[in-house]
Amino acid sequence: MDEIQSLIHGFGVAMTLMNLVLMFTGVVLGVIIGVLPGLGGANGVAILLPLTFGMAQQPGGATSAIILLSCIYWGALFGGAITSILFNIPGEPWSVATTFDGYPLAQKGRAGAALTAAFTSSFVGALIAVIMITFLSPVVANFALAFGPPEFFAVYFLTFCAFVGTSKEPAFKTLAAMMLGFSLAAVGTDPVTGALRLTFGSTHLLTGFDFLVAVIGLFGIGEILLTLEEGLEFRGTKAKIDLNVVLQTWKELPRYWLTSVRSSVVGCFMGIVPGGATPASFMSYGVARRFSKDGEKFGTGMVEGVVAPETAAHAAGTAALLPMITLGVPGSPTAAVLLGGLMIWGLQPGPLLFIEQKDFVWGLIASMYLGNIAGLIVVLTCVPLFAAILRVPFAVIAPVIMVICAIGAYTVHNAIFDVWMMVVFGALGYLFKKLQYPLAPLVLAIVLGDAAEAAFRQALLGSQGDLTIFFSNGLVGTLTAVGLALLFWPLISWLLARVRER
Amino acid sequence: MSEGQDGRAAIRVRSAELGVAAFFLIIGALVVYDSVRLGIGWADDGPRPGYFPFYLGAIICVSSLINVVRALLVPAAKNKTFVEVGQLRMVLMMLVPTAVYVAAVTWIGIYVSSTIFIGLFMRWLGKYAWWKAAVVSIGVSVVFFVIFEIWFKVPLPKGPVEGWLGLD
Repeated sequence: MDEIQSLIHGFGVAMTLMNLVLMFTGVVLGVIIGVLPGLGGANGVAILLPLTFGMAQQPGGATSAIILLSCIYWGALFGGAITSILFNIPGEPWSVATTFDGYPLAQKGRAGAALTAAFTSSFVGALIAVIMITFLSPVVANFALAFGPPEFFAVYFLTFCAFVGTSKEPAFKTLAAMMLGFSLAAVGTDPVTGALRLTFGSTHLLTGFDFLVAVIGLFGIGEILLTLEEGLEFRGTKAKIDLNVVLQTWKELPRYWLTSVRSSVVGCFMGIVPGGATPASFMSYGVARRFSKDGEKFGTGMVEGVVAPETAAHAAGTAALLPMITLGVPGSPTAAVLLGGLMIWGLQPGPLLFIEQKDFVWGLIASMYLGNIAGLIVVLTCVPLFAAILRVPFAVIAPVIMVICAIGAYTVHNAIFDVWMMVVFGALGYLFKKLQYPLAPLVLAIVLGDAAEAAFRQALLGSQGDLTIFFSNGLVGTLTAVGLALLFWPLISWLLARVRER
Repeated sequence: MSEGQDGRAAIRVRSAELGVAAFFLIIGALVVYDSVRLGIGWADDGPRPGYFPFYLGAIICVSSLINVVRALLVPAAKNKTFVEVGQLRMVLMMLVPTAVYVAAVTWIGIYVSSTIFIGLFMRWLGKYAWWKAAVVSIGVSVVFFVIFEIWFKVPLPKGPVEGWLGLD
């Protein structure tokens, strides 16, 4: 099979000493980022992205850079579980569901078992998602090769409509946040005509808003402010993992194979459509509780209740990279930041990547296998170390993270103006989060805004301004129709509920 | 300060909702205004620069108007606390020094201002002894200096102190 051959080639690309070192570095950094409040996958990657600019210039450097950054992502996914189980504090939104059974387990003195179960099922979920990526992404990319501007715009349209249709936030808040993102992307020089848009005479805005600065502010600073407000006290349980606990837990885990399979399917699916890891983890926790023999005991410290959300979250987080590399449409905020990185390094994400940058794509896919193995090894052996980080008082951690965010924002363009923007975005992120304005579509819109507008304009140029181009053939018509259905889904479900009440 | 005062509502949800919706409305209006200036129609060579942003701005305006109405429809009994006095104080205790910190970076460089920022924060919020705050904050800045200036060779803003130390 072609895929196997390409994959073996990819392992050849990824398995250099330098890349393996980067892999472990990335995973360790990622776990630290995932453990610390205020530093999540998305803004952790955003802060470190400017440091890879130089690396990506060298031949083959882009592959090393993406390996480093994607391993930070895997590490952050693993790291979220540590804080959830030991401290009852979800370090990441997708590990909220892990606290339900993970923390009770830790209180019962079974922290080691809970952590082993969480890490192992994370690994299983990621592995299943990577296998899916290996075999499905060439197919999707091949299919997408025939896409023209109308089809690409329809895919973007579908992606963003899915946010409106599936998010738990109010539809009009989702719309407002999303359009704010698109507007921010439009600021600066119009790529087609060269006209200055929305700059209002400011020279700082000539190049537009950088999504990295927005991500660091919205997620980083916003999260710190929220944590401060809750007046966090870290009161955690001690954790020690020895080989004995690991082996015992591994003996127990095969019992939950059905839960794992179910959660992986939920995760893969939610990762590909831009639902993301967070709803996937909740959903599969709910599904597991319904189908489990011990469903009513969930929440009191069941290993199965840790397995379900962790498998799904990691599967979704990994699967989010499938649409990113094949279509150029990221499935999660972190994938969006990675996508932005590709564009900065001069790689055009999308189906052509599979033809023009074979080394890069398959090196990345191979590194997903290796990176997750590296992740599993690191977290299983170093838990006490990472837990110790959380015992550093917040009065020390908070200003240090602020400084890291400021440095991250500064290094994007070496501009202090960006640091100011980061503070503004931080305040906005705090307000938006508290008022249920979703941040994911906002960030995705900033990253994809220019590409979406370009596709829209090219499509309309082809049709001389006739909007029916988006229904001109079966494929684009279906995409647009599904998008419209998702867009109006909140209205439809509201009407249905009304009718049923009668 | 008593517990009761800190638990009082500083801002209620409705005011916060209205404030943020108003922010969106202003942004939306600005986008529409600038799009109209650039032309929202169709030129010989295709859609004009304001064509796409115009609709973005319009959707922001419509959505935020609906959000305003939804906020106004919340009955007074359900108008919960958005942020308590004590919480708001904590948030401002972080936000205001951060703004001062960013302003200071321009004048005295990022390393010195970071040292002061971390040190003062530990002193105020963490009630650490002066020497502990000093050791940690200077240590952190030195670590950052090594990582960014020496390892990654990313020059960060520096001020007079680095000049005296000959580190420029």
